[in-house]
Amino acid sequence: MAADSSAADGTASPSPISRLRNRLEGPNTIGNSRRFWVGLALAVVALIAFPIVGGGTGNQFSLFLVLGLLGLSLSLVWGYAGILSFGQTVFFGVGAYTFGVVSINFPTPGGITGGVIAGTLAGAVVAALLGYFMFYGGVRDVYVTIITLVSTLVMLTFMAQTAGSEWTIGEAALGGFNGMPGMPLLNLGIEGIFTFQFVFNDLALYLPLVGPFEIDPFYYLSLTLLLAAYLGLRVLVNMDFGRVLVAIREDEDRTMMFGYDVKRAKLIAFTLGGGLAGLAGVLYAARNVYIDPSVFELYFATLPVVWISVGGRKSLLGAVAATISVEYLRLNIGGEMALVAVGALLLLSILVLPGGVVPWIDGRGLPWLKQDAIPWLRDDSIPWVKSKVGIAPESEATES
Amino acid sequence: MSESSNQESLGRNVRQTAAEMATGDRTDTLLQTDELVKTFGGFTATDSVDFAIEEGELRCLIGPNGAGKSTLLKLITGTLKPTEGKVYYDGHDITDLEPNERVDRGISMKFQVPSVYGDLTVRENARLPIQQFADGAERRRLVQESIDAAGLSGEEDAEASTLSHGQQQQLEISMAASLEPDLLLLDEPVAGLSVDERAKIAERITRLNEEEGIAFIVIEHDTDFVGEIADKVTVLNKGDVFREGSIEEIESDPAVKRIYLGEDDGTDDSGGNGDDGGEP
Repeated sequence: MAADSSAADGTASPSPISRLRNRLEGPNTIGNSRRFWVGLALAVVALIAFPIVGGGTGNQFSLFLVLGLLGLSLSLVWGYAGILSFGQTVFFGVGAYTFGVVSINFPTPGGITGGVIAGTLAGAVVAALLGYFMFYGGVRDVYVTIITLVSTLVMLTFMAQTAGSEWTIGEAALGGFNGMPGMPLLNLGIEGIFTFQFVFNDLALYLPLVGPFEIDPFYYLSLTLLLAAYLGLRVLVNMDFGRVLVAIREDEDRTMMFGYDVKRAKLIAFTLGGGLAGLAGVLYAARNVYIDPSVFELYFATLPVVWISVGGRKSLLGAVAATISVEYLRLNIGGEMALVAVGALLLLSILVLPGGVVPWIDGRGLPWLKQDAIPWLRDDSIPWVKSKVGIAPESEATES
Repeated sequence: MSESSNQESLGRNVRQTAAEMATGDRTDTLLQTDELVKTFGGFTATDSVDFAIEEGELRCLIGPNGAGKSTLLKLITGTLKPTEGKVYYDGHDITDLEPNERVDRGISMKFQVPSVYGDLTVRENARLPIQQFADGAERRRLVQESIDAAGLSGEEDAEASTLSHGQQQQLEISMAASLEPDLLLLDEPVAGLSVDERAKIAERITRLNEEEGIAFIVIEHDTDFVGEIADKVTVLNKGDVFREGSIEEIESDPAVKRIYLGEDDGTDDSGGNGDDGGEP
């Protein structure tokens, strides 16, 4: 095969798929093989099919996907940049409330879409402000954790006392502990061109063999956004910038003495994390058509740290997988026992698998899915990745 | 033309300022400290240090524990800010610059404890400083050169934490040197190394100094090693410059022996046991 030989001697320019893989793969993420991408594609297909064949609409599961975005935000900030933030819920809550305020005041599809953007940006702006004063003020390590933890408690106390009528922004009453009532349904788009309502709008569809079924469009919206965020962050952490973040995590002073502006890099990572948490908050409020100060509570602030510890903080995939699993477990156990279970899980993962579950599975190499066990899954069985094989690691191929 | 506007417009590798060219004065002084004072609470780590080195010079810095060697190095890199005094580099006042800005001007450093990134591979380590200024094939070439210079060919995919102490030192020197600095600071580069490894480091430093013209400030306790590499030695004691001269002059100076043995009127009482780690 012509394509085969030209790729093998490395003279041909890489195919678009190969180039895309080069961006998505690198030493900072697990899953740099064809079998991983096949596995991910299967998982995505399963998630797409789940509401169709599973009997439900996907509404319940969409909560886990939304929280997966929050998990990813902490994975970036803590797992990659090494900033243990206990306050991702601050940006989550600020995003949710901002979405509420904007959408209540402008309850048209354009206004609600603006609310989504405003909520995301609000998360990023609050993170940027907090991050600026912390990082440029010389606050490091555990003190960042304490400040972020206190921030979420301050937000809890503040939002809890907003029950009075003086705490009204335009039409939107913040509502104290009673939460924010009267949010419009998530109807996105621009009036007159295209609009679509994503919540409380189950679509009744029919497929041959499957029969009639109902799906919740919000489930697919959150699945799309989660997948986009995951892939986007994979690209980010494998870029030069991502390598700087990892270097900062490993040794901040050393990285500064290689000429990097570590304060700025941390601020950028923290701001991006805040924006992602803000988006998660927006979706959370939109899904529930409601938001209250409980999102700032200590218990809720702890959950992202638990997810990331269990899944593996240096793994984006681990963040998503663990967020979905732990939340599924937590909501199915329910009540006080859920607290005990989550606490036990955290202790267990720290004591037994300090690196987290997903990197551990990856390290063991899953014997039944080993590359050479299934010839078709081997990277060198396909021409367009052949040039990569033997020229380790993928990272250096990125620049070609 | 004002000094400050010069500072704005000048990048690294620009040797002379307008002022210097006008006066023809001190054109080859690379780094100079002016009455540098650093106090920690009541403790004076450096006491109005005036210290200067020339371009391309290889200077060793010795002195008993608590003499202020590491503090002086940190004041030069900007990790610490002085209580009083100024640091001039290439004719410019760099006292208020952040460490990374000083790196951009051409100051690079190897830390006392080998500070490679243990969880990253040798290649990832070597790539980090280089990715700032090189791309594509050029980047790959420089990374490979950096690895080869450290004597780590074939170890590219090994995690840096699995390397020996000496290999880590070599790798970190490679990384610091790959920034193509004009001044490279080394804090105890051969502490804890075998005779063989020490010889390799000495050869490496001499080569970088002679072939690439990089100026060095090396903190080192091992006087044999100092004698092997240094043009000139500066002895620090009690936070100030005590003596300066060739290694022969310094070694034969009875006053230097006294401060090392703690017989001088100094406050230092720990002797010259070679461990400078506890210094603030």
